[in-house]
Order: sequence, then structure tokens, then C-alpha cells
Amino acid sequence: MKVTIKVWRQKNRGAPGAFQRYATPELNANMSFLEMLDVVNEQLAQRGEEPIAFDHDCREGICGTCSLVINGKPHGPHKGVATCQTYMRSFHDGQEIVIEPFRARAFPIIKDLVCDRKAFDRIQHAGGFISVRTGSAPDANSILVPKPTSDLAMDAAQCIGCGACVAACKNASAMLFVAAKVSHLNLLPQGQPEKERRVKGMVAQMDQEGFGGCTVTGSCEAVCPKEISLDFITKMNRDYAVALMKGEPARAAAGGAG
Amino acid sequence: MNSITPMWRSTVGKKIVMALTGAALFLFVIAHLLGNLQIFLGPEALNRYGHFLQSNMELVWPARLGLLACVVLHIVAAVQLSAANKAARPVGYEGNPHPVATTYASRTMLMSGLIIAAFIIYHLLHFTVLVKGLNFSGQDFAAFQDEKGRHDIYRMMILGFQQPIVTIFYLVAMALLCLHLSHGIYAMFQSLGLKPGCCPGFPRALAKWGSILIFCGYAAIPLAILSGYGREYVTAPPPDPTVGKEMK
Amino acid sequence: MAELDARIPPGPLGQKWETHKFTTRLINPANKRKYKIIVIGAGLAGASASATLAELGYEVHNFVIHDSPRRAHSVAAQGGINAAKNYQNDGDSVHRLFYDTIKGGDFRAREANVHRLAEVSVNIIDQCVAQGVPFAREYGGLLDNRSFGGAQVSRTFYARGQTGQQLLLGAYSALCRNIGNGGVKSYTHAEMLDLVVADGHAKGVIVRNLQTGEITRHNADAVVLATGGYGNVYNLSTYARQANTTAIWRAYKRGACFANPCYTQIHPTCIPVSGDYQSKLTLMSESLRNDGRVWVPKRKEDCAKKPADIPEGDRDYYLERMYTAFGNLAPRDIASRAAKTVCDEGRGVGETGLGVYLDFAEAIQRLGEPKVRERYGNLFAMYHEITNEDAYHTPMRIYPAVHYTMGGLWVDYNLMSNLPGLFVLGEANFSDHGANRLGASALMQGLADGYFVLPATISGYLATQNPARRPATDADSFRLAEENVQHLTRRMIENKGQRTPASFHKELGRLLWDYCGMARNQAGLERGIELIAALRDEFWRNVKVSGEAGDWNQSLEQAGRVADFLELGELMCRDALHREESCGGHFREEYQYTAADEETKKGLVNPGDVKRRDDPFAYVAAWEFAGEGRPPVLNKEPLVYEEVKMSTRSYK
Ligand SMILES: Cc1cc2nc3c(=O)[nH]c(=O)nc-3n(C[C@H](O)[C@H](O)[C@H](O)COP(=O)(O)OP(=O)(O)OC[C@H]3O[C@@H](n4cnc5c(N)ncnc54)[C@H](O)[C@@H]3O)c2cc1C
Ligand code: HEM
Ligand code: HEM
Ligand code: SF4
Ligand code: F3S
Ligand code: FES
Repeated sequence: MKVTIKVWRQKNRGAPGAFQRYATPELNANMSFLEMLDVVNEQLAQRGEEPIAFDHDCREGICGTCSLVINGKPHGPHKGVATCQTYMRSFHDGQEIVIEPFRARAFPIIKDLVCDRKAFDRIQHAGGFISVRTGSAPDANSILVPKPTSDLAMDAAQCIGCGACVAACKNASAMLFVAAKVSHLNLLPQGQPEKERRVKGMVAQMDQEGFGGCTVTGSCEAVCPKEISLDFITKMNRDYAVALMKGEPARAAAGGAG
Repeated sequence: MNSITPMWRSTVGKKIVMALTGAALFLFVIAHLLGNLQIFLGPEALNRYGHFLQSNMELVWPARLGLLACVVLHIVAAVQLSAANKAARPVGYEGNPHPVATTYASRTMLMSGLIIAAFIIYHLLHFTVLVKGLNFSGQDFAAFQDEKGRHDIYRMMILGFQQPIVTIFYLVAMALLCLHLSHGIYAMFQSLGLKPGCCPGFPRALAKWGSILIFCGYAAIPLAILSGYGREYVTAPPPDPTVGKEMK
Repeated sequence: MAELDARIPPGPLGQKWETHKFTTRLINPANKRKYKIIVIGAGLAGASASATLAELGYEVHNFVIHDSPRRAHSVAAQGGINAAKNYQNDGDSVHRLFYDTIKGGDFRAREANVHRLAEVSVNIIDQCVAQGVPFAREYGGLLDNRSFGGAQVSRTFYARGQTGQQLLLGAYSALCRNIGNGGVKSYTHAEMLDLVVADGHAKGVIVRNLQTGEITRHNADAVVLATGGYGNVYNLSTYARQANTTAIWRAYKRGACFANPCYTQIHPTCIPVSGDYQSKLTLMSESLRNDGRVWVPKRKEDCAKKPADIPEGDRDYYLERMYTAFGNLAPRDIASRAAKTVCDEGRGVGETGLGVYLDFAEAIQRLGEPKVRERYGNLFAMYHEITNEDAYHTPMRIYPAVHYTMGGLWVDYNLMSNLPGLFVLGEANFSDHGANRLGASALMQGLADGYFVLPATISGYLATQNPARRPATDADSFRLAEENVQHLTRRMIENKGQRTPASFHKELGRLLWDYCGMARNQAGLERGIELIAALRDEFWRNVKVSGEAGDWNQSLEQAGRVADFLELGELMCRDALHREESCGGHFREEYQYTAADEETKKGLVNPGDVKRRDDPFAYVAAWEFAGEGRPPVLNKEPLVYEEVKMSTRSYK
């Protein structure tokens, strides 16, 4: 099969960008989408043009590095699958595929299809942890966690931090990511002591980073490669409301105790 | 305890404000609908209701002020949030104009809301402040009195909705309100962190059917009137016994 | 010649670690702040080390090539992590874990290190649970376990099929906490391109900012490398695409010894190669072998048939046949070679003929599909994504692939290399797995090194250093190192060649797989060395790097990494060539058991199993850089076994 790709090219942060069309050579339907881009890049390099910059690493859907908005959908056509697990068999011969970077003010574009997602880390610094000094932990089985609870926490913990939720959201809201992170820890018994400071700290940082608010449109859930559920946003809103009632200091969570 | 400032500052907190005010408005809309539906019980019932309200201003005013506060808060929050959201996502996607998996209602909340606001203003001038020039019937609603000397709201409504332009505007507004609520009610549950474990589908269902019922309820009134309901009342006297029976 | 002192503490094996922690010099809390430590890498090893060192009060600077520390390839680990908790009461113990690991490593690892690893394994689980790692639980709320290869007890802790992800997120959260409170300064998109050595001690690094291309100097009182494995030297592997050898290789060229480079692990259960466009191979977790049965047709003729059409009688469950005691859970090196053998016999399945079946029909009958789905759902889904086949109804096709490198920079008991001040953790060092790593023990080692070992041992070195006399970044040693980096970069950018770095990487990978892969022999290795040398020359004549140096430039990054791989590949062949024995992952065709051997007759081993030669080769081969163009120098650290006796490794 062959396809044409219409790709966003942008020299660097400041520079203006534009779409560029490229015709691919003959492809194999079992190629992954990123392998298709590899092939195109080899071709470009041969011609002495600059290859298309795109983010990727594990190529098995777990590191959260790959991004890309494929035909208007972050992570491409399939549900619960990351870009790197998308295969050419999902497209038809001769199709034109539009490839864009994640678009959000909080995710500035570095080059072509690569954007900067450090804002997520800064949100984590503001409370995405349980304060436990190495060596101070009790025996693992001294903390009983009901299976349903730990399964639910695991559902949230699966988030790979790819940022597709932000990319898909019409408000570029990071709610699904933050909710997943908050819920993972706030669900577990170990996470209770810092529950309020955590949710307040992380939400405050989220706002500071310039992400939008949630208007419950549900795009995030639809594109999330780990199918993180909107219910976690509901849960986080509840935790936040409770935290407000208790009136704990918001920023105190940042960095936690020494 | 100072939770108000952080609440108003954070996007999540502001959504809580919107949800609470939205809920209050929602309840008013229901109550108001029930009140209005009394029109189908005849002039006696409706006018008694209206009179009851107007003769208990010490109750009505607090309610009015409360409502006003809600609308203002709701709108300010809505406008501020929408502005922030737009700023957070300046560029759309070439590959697909509409955000993935979104409903029309959810994308147009601000617009539907603002038009509802415009409607409310007109509506107040129309039926509460009773501005003569705005009812297109050429009559002064303020002057209407029924035989018991109460403000004849019944007559006012009939005459009011006999004007097609007015009725159409109302219907449009009701439709938008329905659209607004079809997303709003569901969003409200999410924003308040409410998820009934027993019946997780409840918020969506309530949003859908609740908004539809509200539309039908409200729309029934102008439509009925436009299609002739109560004509006799405003064109009488001489009162016609058959009509009289109908209306008891 | 480098002098290799393993610094193994005296005393009985069980007490060495305790004694050592007691005798190691400490640094008083008030002074810790004055010490600056650079940590390269934030995988399990790097993240846990950075967090713990910061908690102790040191000033920590952490560097990663990724855009976030959370993306390290540890995240991809699926199966689980071992610990001698004996929660199952199935006879596990620190000593058994120690013995299994030593034996699994084919008696080529250091006793003292491995025993320490087994000891701290239990604290790791406590630490991770306290951090909120959502390990699998039983309904009673207690932790659940599964079994892994090379063990007859159930000691593996897991979080669905994403154990590595959850453990990494745990370590990352600890790191975040310490970044948030200023204990750690985190540099992302930052690639270490050289090690700075000042009068014999590692005192800093040269780093390239991948976003801006800016090159900066960083000094410290000690440098810690936790940069992962070098398996990507084979191009096709289960590693992430960015995984590289650059950090440890450039340290090697600054004088750190490289130990056992030829010990690579080929994982038996990966998705077979489908075409030459392929960029990576995907692992199907070893945990699948708990319930999956491996087989191929008995007769060549059946290979083309659909698996369903091949009756039980005509199937050869070769692992169960050859290794009755461990069956499908035979260690990786053995399972992989067995797969290669049956495929070489022409009994492989799939269009390439390079594949064997991993069949769940029996498990689905026994447990029911829901249970199987619960255990392996995400793996089956992953398999379906890639192959478009439904493993619930037709067996998976699997084949071995490069997965782990037991070799790495040489370190002593303190995890310090022969270069004072340079510490190496995790997969980047050679320490604990000998010639073959058992499943679920790399996560264990990475976290042991980072949470518990380094924090206890590094003070011993720091106590001998004076932070006030730390060389400044304008010292000659730094200037020269930076010039070296600038020079390399310019050379690659300005080279007006024809071939892309990727094409060289592909070719190198094929060479290594053919000559230094699952089975090796003298002639092949000698040929490999020549071919790789030739390829390296062509690289420098003919490589074509697009873009500019002062900009985000993935082509340049790749070129630099491939250049290092091209040198490492040759060293691997040299090591494999000099080691005239077979052990663990290193299989020299000249040295295998035949039907004639005693051990085979006794039924300990099968013909074709690896044949160790302890007398000449019971040592660690630590290679020392001798300058460009000169053959590396071989240093030997003899392996002395006080506790266990080296025996024939039998899984029958
Ligand atoms: C697919 C797969 C599955 C696995 N499953 C298991 C399992 O089930 N159980 C088990 O025990 N083990 C498993 N392993 C092995 C185990 O995951 C790894 O050995 C271990 O995670 C390595 O951790 P690490 O911290 O040493 O290195 P990594 O996690 O690889 O981290 C390397 C770090 O170094 C940084 N880095 C690299 N080079 C540079 C440079 N030049 N400059 C700056 N930073 C640099 C990277 O950014 C990264 O942060 C698996 C491995 C793979 C590939
Ligand atoms: C009778 C009048 C109104 C009612 C009953 C009503 C009701 C609601 C409800 C229940 C919500 C959901 C709150 C939430 O998101 O959690 C909502 C949201 C919203 N309303 Fe209203 N509203 C009314 C008027 C208005 C007006 C006048 C505006 C004018 C701007 C407006 C704009 C919005 C917006 C922008 C949202 C946010 C949508 C979202 O969060 O998805 N509404 N409204
Ligand atoms: C067909 C639809 C409607 C009819 C027939 C109607 C009718 C009326 C009437 C007769 C009054 C005057 C009551 C009095 O003066 O005692 C009134 C007041 C009012 N209506 Fe409506 N209404 C309708 C829809 C709405 C809607 C959709 C809203 C809000 C979104 C609304 C908000 C109000 C408000 C705020 C007042 C003022 C109440 C007060 O006096 O404090 N109305 N309406
Ligand atoms: S929630 Fe889903 S989409 Fe958002 S970052 Fe996590 S994995 Fe990615
Ligand atoms: S798409 Fe955006 S609006 Fe909320 S539900 Fe998801 S964050
Ligand atoms: S490349 Fe790692 S998730 Fe896609």
C-alpha cells in the first residue's frame, strides 16, 4: 500500500509552522504507524531534507512518549491504543493522513510534531507522591488493601502520562491526567494522610500551568490509550470539594516534607 | 475558614460554583414551570397563585435576590472559565473540526447560556416589569384586573402569547434552555463529584429526560395559546356558558 | 593494567552486608549538604538512588535523555519483581533466592553481591507498597504472587502486566517529592556525552541539551551512572528506541573497565520478526509461561498446517519433554536455545519458520477465559494489536529476541567502578546476574542498588573527598572533555556522506545477531570482528547526518549512539571469542554437552546444553580501553565461591 501524509513542520519553538505533503514509498500493512514515519524519514534524509521530528521510545504503548494527532484524533483511529501501537492496516491504500502535534498552550511545540510536556512533571512535584522515606516502611502485608480498592487504584495508576487527554480536550484541560494521578494515591490507605494537600496542590499547579478547566465533554476518555475513566474526574472533584471544606493550605503539598 | 478565594481562583472550584448556582436555577425553572402550568387550571387558579406571590413580597424578594445572585455568579463564572479554556487551546485541528466524541450541547454551553440570559431579561420586562411596548399586543398588561380585583395574569399570558413573534422567541429560548440543561445537569453531577454507586447512569438519564420534560412543559403554554386556548376568555364578554364549563 | 579490588567484606556470607554497613565511614548530616552528586538516569536504579540520596541530605543533580524521568525503559517491564518474602509459605528464603540467582547466572556472579541482593529484596517490597505501588492482591487484602522462570517457588510480586511501570512510577513519585522540595535538581532532555576525570577521580560530566543543542559542564564529588542496558546494539530488541550505551561507553573510554560485554540475554517469548522495516521487537512477558505451553509440530510437514489441525499426538511440547522438573518455566537462556534448536531442525512455525507456539488452550480449559483474561488481558490485547491474531482461540507465535545485557561496567562491592568516584547501578553495571539473569530479578536489582546499596556505600568514598576542593567547571579536565564532545559533534554534522545512521545500525545489528547472537563460534566471531571494524570505518567515511548541531536533532543523537554501538559491538565479539566455554547466555557451539558426556548419561543435562569450563574461566572479564585503534586490555577478577559449590546447572 501507499499513502500520502500531510504533516505539520515547524523549525523550532518560536518559528511559524505549516503543513507539508509527502508521498510514502510502498508500505507493508503490518508496519506500525511510526515505522511508516521511519521509512519516510529515511527517504527524506536520502534526499538531503530534514527528517520529520516526532517523539517515540518504547514503541509498545507504555512509556507515553509518542504523541501525534492522526486525522484529528490523538493516538489515531483506535480506542485504548497509543500511536506506537497503531498499524498501517488501519488505513487504506492511497489515503491522505493528516498528522499534527498535540495542541495546547501548556504543551509548547519544540519542533515539527514534538511538544514539551514538562508541565505534567511539575504537577507531580506538587503532590503526586506519598511521603515515605526510604527504609521507613512497615512490612508490606501489614497494610491490608481490599482487592477491589487496589484494582481501582491500579486502573487509575495505568495512566502513561502521554498528554493525549489534553490534546483532545477542547479546553486543553489536564483533568483526566491529574484525576488519574490523584485518584491512584487517594484511593489507597497509604495515601489517606496527604489526601487533601495532594488534591489541592496538584489542582493549583494544574491551573498555574495554563491548562483549561473541565466542561465534561469527554474527549479525553475517548482518546486515552489506557481508557482512564471519567469517573476519576468525578472522584477528584469530590476530593477537592472535601478539601475545600476542610480548608487545608493548598501549596503546602508542594514537595511534601523534607 | 477561608475556602472561598481558593475555590473561586481554581478552575475546579469555579465549576463547583457553576454547578451549585446552576442547580439552584434548575430548581427554580422546575418550580416556575409548575407555577405556570396552572394556566391549564383556568384563570382562578393562576391568578390566585400570582396574587399569593405578589402579596408576599417579604418572601418573594429574598428569592428574587437569591436568584439574581445565582444568575450573576453563574454567568460570571461561565464567561471567565470559557475565556480561560479558549486561551488554553488557541489552535484547533486540521484533521477534524470538532473535538473527538463531544456533543453539540457541550460545545455550545456558553452560547445557549447567553441567549437564555437575554431571554430572561426580555421575559422580566415582558411579564414582571410589564413594559407596555414589549408585549406587541398594544395593551397595558399592568392594567389587567380580574373580577376579584387581582392582577389578571391569565389574561396577560393569553394576550402575550397570541403574538406569534413573542411565542417564537419563547420557544427558541425554551429549546436552548433544554439544550443547555441536557448537558448542564449531567455536568453538574460530575462537577460536584456526585456519582450514585447504585445507578451510575442516573445523571445522564436525568439530564436527557429532565431537559426534554422541561421543554415540553414550558412549550405547551405558548403553543396551546397560539392554537386558540383561552381565546374566549380575552374576547368575552358576553360570557358563553359552554366555555365557562370548560374552564371550571 | 587496572587494578580490580572487589572489596568484598570479610566474615560469613550472611553477615557481610551488616558488617559492611557498620564499618563504612559515614558523613554527618550537617556536612551532607556540601556534597554534590550527579546521577545519570532515572530508571528504577537512577530514580530510587536520586530520591534516597536527596533524603539523606546530599545535593543531587539528575539527568535523563527523556522529556520526563518517568519514561525510562524500566516502565516497560511487565512480569514482576522477586523478593524472598515467603508469603506463600512454599519454602522460600533469602538463601533460596540467593542460590536460585547464583545458579540461574550459571555460577558467573559474585556470591557476596547476590546474597546482599536477596537480603534487601524484602525491604524493596515494603518500600514500594508504602509508596502506593498497587501490587496485585488477594481478596483478603494480602499481596499476591506468581512464579517465574528458574524458580520452584512463587516469589514474584506483580501489578497486572505493568509491574515495571508501577515500580517506576513509585520511584518517580519519590523523585518528584524531592524535586519539589529542592533536594534534587532535575535535568530532562539532557544527554551525558562524556565523563570528566580529574587526577584519577570521576568529577563531572559533559551534557548536551537535546532541545537546544547547548553543551554544558557539570561538576560533582561523585558521578553515578544508571543508564540501563546496551541491548540496542543489536538494533532489533525489546529495548526502547532511545536506549543506548553512550554514557557507559564514554566512561569506558575514560578508564572504567567493561565487564563481560558478551553476556547478553535472549528472551524466549517475544513476537517474531515480520519484516525488515521492523524497528523493535515486543516482549510477551515470561509470566505467560506460567499457564502457556510451548510446542512445535513433531514433523516438519505439519508446520504449514493450522495449529488447530495438528492433533495432540503430533505436537512436541519440547520444554516439558527436555526439562521435566521446570518444564515451560525453564530459564530463559535454555528456553531460547531450545526454540532455536527446534526451528533449526525445520520445525519452526509462521511464514518465516522462525517461531514456536505458546498455547493457552489448556489453561483456558482449566481456569476459564475470564481468569486468563484477568491475568494476561493486556498482553493478549498487545499481541492482537501487533499480529491481528486472537490468542484466546489460536496459540501465540513467539521467538527469542535480545532482551537484557548482564554485562556492563565493572563495579566493586560498593558499586564503584575501578575509576574512583564513578558508581554504576542497575542494568548498566555487571554485578549480580552472572552469565544469565532470571526473570523478575532486574527490577529487584535496580531498586536494591538505588534504594539500599548505593546510599549506604557512597559515604565511604565521599568521606575521603573534600567538597571544597571539587574541581571547578573551568578546569582543564572539563575544557578538554567538552572540546572532545564538540569535536565529535562537528565531525558527524560536517561529514558529507551517503548513508543514514539508521542504515548502519540495522547492518550492525544483523552482523551481531549472526555472529554474536544465540550461538557463537570462533570462526564466526573472528569474521564478526573484521566486518564490524570495516563497517565502523565506513561509518566515519560515509555517514550522513541532517540538521544542525544547535537544534533538536534526532539524526545527530542517533549517529552518536550508533558510533558507540559500532565500537561496543567489536568488544562484545572479542569477549565472546576469548571466553572459550559456554555459560548462561553465552553459548559457544564448540562447548556443549554431547550424549558421550558423564552428566548427560547421569541425566543432569541434555545433549546441546551449555558446557562450562570453570577451571580456566571462573572469572569476570573486565576489559580496559587502551586507546583508539589499540586492542583492549583484559583484566580478570577471579570468582571465589565460599558458600555454594559450582555445580552443573541442571533443570531436568
Ligand atoms: C520489555 C522489557 C521487559 C522487562 N521485564 C522485566 C521484568 O518483568 N522483571 C524484571 O525484573 N526485569 C525486566 N526487564 C529488565 C528491566 O526492566 C531493566 O533491566 C531495568 O528496568 C533497567 O533499569 P535501569 O534503571 O537500570 O535502566 P533504565 O530503566 O533503562 O533507565 C535508563 C535511564 O538512563 C537514562 N539515560 C540513558 N542514557 C543516557 C545518557 N547518555 N544521558 C543521560 N541519561 C541517559 C534514560 O533517560 C533513563 O532514565 C525488562 C526489560 C524489558 C526491555
Ligand atoms: C435558567 C438558567 C440556567 C440554568 C438552569 C443553568 C443550568 C446550568 C447547569 C446545571 C450547569 C452545569 C454546571 C456544571 O457545569 O457543573 C450549567 C453550566 C453552564 N451554564 Fe448554565 N444555566 C442557566 C443559565 C446560564 C446562563 C444565563 C449562562 C450564560 C453564560 C450559562 C452558561 C453556562 C455555562 C458556560 C456552563 C458550563 C458548561 C459546562 O460546564 O459544561 N448558563 N448551567
Ligand atoms: C412559557 C414559558 C414561561 C412563562 C409562561 C412564564 C411566565 C411568567 C410569568 C407570568 C411571570 C410573572 C409572575 C408574576 O409576576 O407573578 C414570570 C416571571 C418570571 N419568569 Fe417566567 N415564564 C416562562 C419561562 C421562564 C423561564 C424559562 C425562565 C428562566 C430561565 C423564567 C424566569 C422568570 C423569572 C426569573 C421571573 C420573575 C419571577 C419574580 O417575579 O421574581 N420564566 N414568568
Ligand atoms: S489520562 Fe490517558 S491520555 Fe491522559 S495522560 Fe494519562 S494515559 Fe495519557
Ligand atoms: S475532554 Fe476536557 S472537558 Fe473535561 S471531560 Fe475531558 S477534560
Ligand atoms: S512510544 Fe512509548 S507509548 Fe508510544
